[in-house]
Amino acid sequence: MNPFSSGTRLRDMIRSIRACKTAAEERGVVRKECADIRASINENDPHDRHRNLAKLMFIHMLGYPTHFGQMECLKLIASPGFPEKRIGYLGLMLLLDERQEVLMLVTNSLKQDLNHTNQYVVGLALCALGNICSAEMARDLAPEVERLIQFRDPNIRKKAALCSTRIVRKVPDLAENFVNAASSLLKEKHHGVLITGVQLCYELCTINDEALEFFRKKCTEGLIKTLRDITNSSYQPEYDVAGITDPFLHIRLLKLLRVLGHGDADASDLMTDILAQVATKTESNKNAGNAVLYECVETIMAIEDTSSLRVLAINILGRFLSNRDNNIRYVALNMLMKAIAFDDQAVQRHRVTILECVKDPDASIRKRALELVSLLVNENNVKQLTKELIDYLEISDEDFKEDLSAKICSIVEKFSPEKLWYIDQMLKVLSEAGKFVKDDVWHALIVVISNASDLHGYTVRALYKAVLTYSEQETLVRVAIWCIGEYGDLLVNNVGMLGIEDPITVTECDAVDVIEDAITRHNSDMTTKAMALVALLKLSSRFPSTSERIKDIIVKQKGSLLLEMQQRAIEFNSIVDRHKNIRSSLVERMPVLDEATFNVRRAGSLPASVSTMAKPSVSIPNGVAAAPVVDLLDLDSDDILAPPSSSGADFLQDLLGVDLGSSSAQSGATQAPKAGTDLLMDILSIGTPSPAQNSTSSIDLLSTADVNSNPSFALETLSSPAPPHIATTASAGGMFDLLDGLSPSPSKEATNGPAYPPIVAYESSSLKIEFSFSKTPGNPQTTNVQATFINLSPNTFTDFVFQAAVPKFLQLHLDPASSNTLQASGNITQNLRVTNSQHGKKSLVMRMRIGYKVNGKDVLEEGQINNFPRGL
Amino acid sequence: MIKAVMMMNTQGKPRLAKFYDYLPVEKQQELIRGVFSVLCSRPENVSNFLEIDSLFGPDSRLVYKHYATLYFVLVFDGSENELAMLDLIQVLVETLDKCFSNVCELDIVFNYSKMHAVLDEIVFGGQVLETSSVEVMKAVEEISKLEAASNSISLVPKSVSGWRGR
Repeated sequence: MNPFSSGTRLRDMIRSIRACKTAAEERGVVRKECADIRASINENDPHDRHRNLAKLMFIHMLGYPTHFGQMECLKLIASPGFPEKRIGYLGLMLLLDERQEVLMLVTNSLKQDLNHTNQYVVGLALCALGNICSAEMARDLAPEVERLIQFRDPNIRKKAALCSTRIVRKVPDLAENFVNAASSLLKEKHHGVLITGVQLCYELCTINDEALEFFRKKCTEGLIKTLRDITNSSYQPEYDVAGITDPFLHIRLLKLLRVLGHGDADASDLMTDILAQVATKTESNKNAGNAVLYECVETIMAIEDTSSLRVLAINILGRFLSNRDNNIRYVALNMLMKAIAFDDQAVQRHRVTILECVKDPDASIRKRALELVSLLVNENNVKQLTKELIDYLEISDEDFKEDLSAKICSIVEKFSPEKLWYIDQMLKVLSEAGKFVKDDVWHALIVVISNASDLHGYTVRALYKAVLTYSEQETLVRVAIWCIGEYGDLLVNNVGMLGIEDPITVTECDAVDVIEDAITRHNSDMTTKAMALVALLKLSSRFPSTSERIKDIIVKQKGSLLLEMQQRAIEFNSIVDRHKNIRSSLVERMPVLDEATFNVRRAGSLPASVSTMAKPSVSIPNGVAAAPVVDLLDLDSDDILAPPSSSGADFLQDLLGVDLGSSSAQSGATQAPKAGTDLLMDILSIGTPSPAQNSTSSIDLLSTADVNSNPSFALETLSSPAPPHIATTASAGGMFDLLDGLSPSPSKEATNGPAYPPIVAYESSSLKIEFSFSKTPGNPQTTNVQATFINLSPNTFTDFVFQAAVPKFLQLHLDPASSNTLQASGNITQNLRVTNSQHGKKSLVMRMRIGYKVNGKDVLEEGQINNFPRGL
Repeated sequence: MIKAVMMMNTQGKPRLAKFYDYLPVEKQQELIRGVFSVLCSRPENVSNFLEIDSLFGPDSRLVYKHYATLYFVLVFDGSENELAMLDLIQVLVETLDKCFSNVCELDIVFNYSKMHAVLDEIVFGGQVLETSSVEVMKAVEEISKLEAASNSISLVPKSVSGWRGR
């Protein structure tokens, strides 16, 4: 009968499940067992029920669905035998929950069992009720449970007490019914019952204010006496844990006293003595003793003001901090964090010990301690604490440096008394942990440097010295490059020496060395290289004597694999080479960055740290975003600011004036030219009396941009020796010498393999669609299709949408259309990219649907395009 | 309040799991896996506490102990004393040791009904019921006797004199 002792099929099932080598095998075994159990349930044989449910519970533990066994639980509970009832209640607790209707059915069985003559059946019912009790059940069964609190057997009493806590939690209104019963439990001698009684009182006090008042008046003294008795009592083997008499009861009593003392000065007064006694007399060399002390500290913190006790409590925590046990140190740090709110001064006294915990070998303790330290920092101790933390940063584990440096940075930013100190500390952090520092931190540093005009010289020299030693710290290198680019002249001439500085001799060559080193180092990332390139351009003007050398470095970058670098290198080369007259005004020092704007922007974008390749998450009003770019290049024509649609600028762009990655990140073909050229336009328009308005030159510009929007084209045209001065129109000539390396070769069509004739894909009375084709070199499978939609009617089409579908062997990518409004007899374009996986075997085919509105009426046109040129 | 008691082996197989708040079975399994993945990446010689708000909601803490091939895990909220919970695991393990004389993983696998009996005598609906392993053993033995006696329930006498004697 008994499934557990008889070693019958339950054991066999567990064995066979354990024997499974794979998860699939296990699922198979379980599926088979479940099928057997279902079959057996359907036969409704009472003998198997018991064993079935035992198996189901095991299957449940493994995570398989077992809902079909729920009704079996009820049947077992209703049966008379104890083993059946037991397994039934166990199943009830594990398989069911209080939300199910089945519970309605079980209430009656529970009621009967709570009144059962066998106390163990009563115990089972209480246990089940304590685990699954719902609000309705609580109301129905509260009288039974209340009666059982007075039961003769202690095992039932304690279960009834805990069951009551569940009931009052579910239905707070019932609290008053239990107050008397609960207070009688506090006089218990049996420790188990006493613990549960205290627990019930605690629950009642937190739920019901009247109950709290009642216990405060009637029971505080009694509880204090009980606590004193167990504190002073001699050895009791049953409840002894490591030499402490029943620490659990201690803890429960202290917890209840905490509620009683909180907000009541009289009650707090009463318990002062006993708390002091517990705090001083409890042995603290074992976990159990420390658990009691810990609870005692928490109670002292919570009750009304007894400042001498608080100092005692915080000193206990201070002792915890130097305990060898990790757990003790951990809870002490947690507790101190709460204690700061009460008594900052007392916690400050343990600062040294807390700082030691920052250096703990246990990572979770380090983390806690670091948080605590950052709470301890104020204006008075910031310098000392920062020094300690930075000293530790030098020797800490690699994986802790990120957290540590982030905390130091936030401390320094928040409490920095002066800019010089701030810059000094940040340089130290960057030198030690530059590779772990987040982007916004060094952005902020640059903003601060830029604002501290009297410290420019000092900073750039300090950075120069630091970067010679710590060249592997990426963010340090970036800040150094930026500063050398901006303030290189101050570096060389030792301008603005502070008293604390040792004079150094730096030649112009040395400064360029640093930047060359950064740009050529293989592990510098794109941001660093791009910053270095800009810095070089700036230095070429600041240090005319190194101009030739800088030119060589820039020229080398023409071969960079990064498109952005390549393009900038070509542009900058042109500036260095041919535009000496405008260069110095072009690369004038950046205007002071606006700290307030930066902080606002930083606060807005903090979670999404600025990454170089991602599209910026915050869109900034165009004027703000574009201004530094313009300033950087010192254009005086404001009328050619980039159009709003292309203002995808982030801080980095502001800083560099370089449109990092945007040409690849921009998706729409129609946007790409704008984004790609806004900087170009800016450069181009220098000194030319607005020929940009000229129609011919703007077309040229756009075709340049086409190259720009398609990286592979650009690579090809760049690597082929393009003849200089291709541009033929005289009006554009002035501009094109800047771009000569970039201008599209006239024989572009020829180099792109066979050309395909354009087709008319669709024509109706109102609309005509033309397709023109081009191939990406080296990728014959992919065809770029430019669709031109021409309105043949005299009406304007609005909400114009073109949709297309292709068979499975084709892949279609649609770019956004140039507009969704089609003017009368106007046209719009849209780019499509079709990849033919069966290139050479099958030709393209496409179904399409066009929807638009004419005078507010929806029009839908459909068609199939079969006349694609062969071989696409 | 204690939210969950779990035992799992070092391969992540659950050996006993009891949740005191209702959770669907899929969620239970997810939590067991989540806890295991945290535990198995913990190095030796670090504290036994974890904050796992991500798994169990705000103000959740976890205490675990690692014995041989088993992890014993208690999940609870801020109203419990962490150090006491650590001792409670100790009580649980001591009781199991008495119950199975030198408990091992196999005892737990094949006797999970008895495991539940032990656990239900220690933790009751998320509250600590009893902390003396002697008392727990008494209660569990009574239950075992009753189960062995099978149908003859009414014959079993109960003895309450044990605790009064002290």
